[in-house]
Amino acid sequence: MLVLEHLAWELPDGEPILKDISLTVPNGKLAVVTGPNGGGKTSLAKLIAGLEKPNAGRILLDGKEITELDITQRAKAGIAYAFQQPVRFKGLSVRDLLELAAGGSLSEQELCVILGQVGLCAQDYADRQVDGSLSGGESKRIEIATVLARKDAALLIFDEPEAGIDLWSFSGLIDVFQRIKRTKQGSALIISHQERILQIADEIIVIADGEVRSAGPREEILPTLLENEKAGQCPLEGGPLYE
Amino acid sequence: MNKITQTLLGLVSDWTGSFTGAYNIREDGACAGRQSSEHIHIEPKEGAPGLVIRIDPEAQHETVYIPACVTHSDVNDLVYNDFYVGAGADVTIVAGCGVHSDGEEEARHNGIHRFFVEKGARVLYQEKHVGTGTGAGLRRIDPVSDIHLAEDAVLEMDTIQIGGVDRTDRKTTAQLAARAKLIIHESILTEGDQTAHTDFTVSLDGEDSSVDLVSRSVAKGNSRQEYHSRILGNNRCTGHSECDAILVGSGKVNAAPELFAGHLDASLIHEAAIGKIAGEQIIKLRTLGLTEEEAEERIIKGFLQE
Repeated sequence: MLVLEHLAWELPDGEPILKDISLTVPNGKLAVVTGPNGGGKTSLAKLIAGLEKPNAGRILLDGKEITELDITQRAKAGIAYAFQQPVRFKGLSVRDLLELAAGGSLSEQELCVILGQVGLCAQDYADRQVDGSLSGGESKRIEIATVLARKDAALLIFDEPEAGIDLWSFSGLIDVFQRIKRTKQGSALIISHQERILQIADEIIVIADGEVRSAGPREEILPTLLENEKAGQCPLEGGPLYE
Repeated sequence: MNKITQTLLGLVSDWTGSFTGAYNIREDGACAGRQSSEHIHIEPKEGAPGLVIRIDPEAQHETVYIPACVTHSDVNDLVYNDFYVGAGADVTIVAGCGVHSDGEEEARHNGIHRFFVEKGARVLYQEKHVGTGTGAGLRRIDPVSDIHLAEDAVLEMDTIQIGGVDRTDRKTTAQLAARAKLIIHESILTEGDQTAHTDFTVSLDGEDSSVDLVSRSVAKGNSRQEYHSRILGNNRCTGHSECDAILVGSGKVNAAPELFAGHLDASLIHEAAIGKIAGEQIIKLRTLGLTEEEAEERIIKGFLQE
């Protein structure tokens, strides 16, 4: 279970990015964080994964405070994070990267299962370099696969997994998230604007201007979001939800 | 052979106590073991230290091992090896070199290799260099390769310097006939005050000849690397060179690629990138559970294709 208590973060020049964020993602639940661009969603993911340190507040994972842990320690504590912008490596193959994620060697069958979840064939991709020879969509799918390859992860974070993914693969991605919902003991946090991802959420958290504007079960939050989106309005504030 | 040679052989040529097929082991300038095979004949060179290796056209998917080791300081080992590869042969040549010094004087190996690859032959040449020992004496490896590829011949060179070599001056020249193909993957790691100088000159003389020259270097500490490549497109041909370098600490790299198109249909490309390890790469691997040091090490290992 992920618990954030009064989390705040500002840029070095003092500009506040996140203000007093408190939320809970119970184990076995899939939470989707949504809201306007620039509202602080990716910053929140980076704080949870340890890429940035909060100025105030606490982060707890399964009851243990992880606020002061660095990126590596948080990964070892069970946080898996798929970047919004995939990282490319000259000299690392897809197999190398997934084996690093899994913490050990993977059989062809295991590679097949992991890559198959993101619509890629292990036979074609396992030995390809994770470099500029991959398309943006391929890189994104492999980035997602690095999270799926993590064994015993307590919290899976996906930052805009739909970005750069074609329609066919996107359907497969929805299947992946539904499978995560069914099988994961831990929690999952997805940052997304996509209605189809919102539709499978257990919890929805709306963040705008660095604050939680609304949070709760999908059944409560989504209808309002969709109504306001139709009207071009942002919930609670009256501004545009999506830029 | 002594124990240091055995250790060095393990590092540079995957030695596990013996070689299968043809081989020659050079230890401190002398022969520590030699064997020819039915299709690969190894003889001493007349008039100069070194070997003549004749590979028959019948040699198919065979391997010949020509490692050289210098096991103490105050050795300057100069060797001339000539490889004659018969038409249509398909062989792998493993020619690693290890230099060990625990003393104050220099330990050096200078291997001058000439390759005469006949029509349609295919050669995979693997060369791994390493320096070991704790002495103040410099460990030097200065290889020279002179390559002649006949029509349709293919030579693929994988060369890697995995560390411990204080000075290296590497020179490679090649002349390619029609449809010949040369592929070179060079990886060099330097640390401390080490220096590496590498120089390639490839003449694409034959119609539809091609070269793919990829150099990866990592300069750590206060080390310095100089890279110069020169591709001469003298006919309808394709040439590609790629020089990528990673800097760590105060490492320095000077890359000077040169392309000459002497024919209207010479298609030549060069790519180069020098810089430190991207911070996002380190962060990504840390999110997978690696420490910063482990991430850096893994990125460098992959980059050098160890």
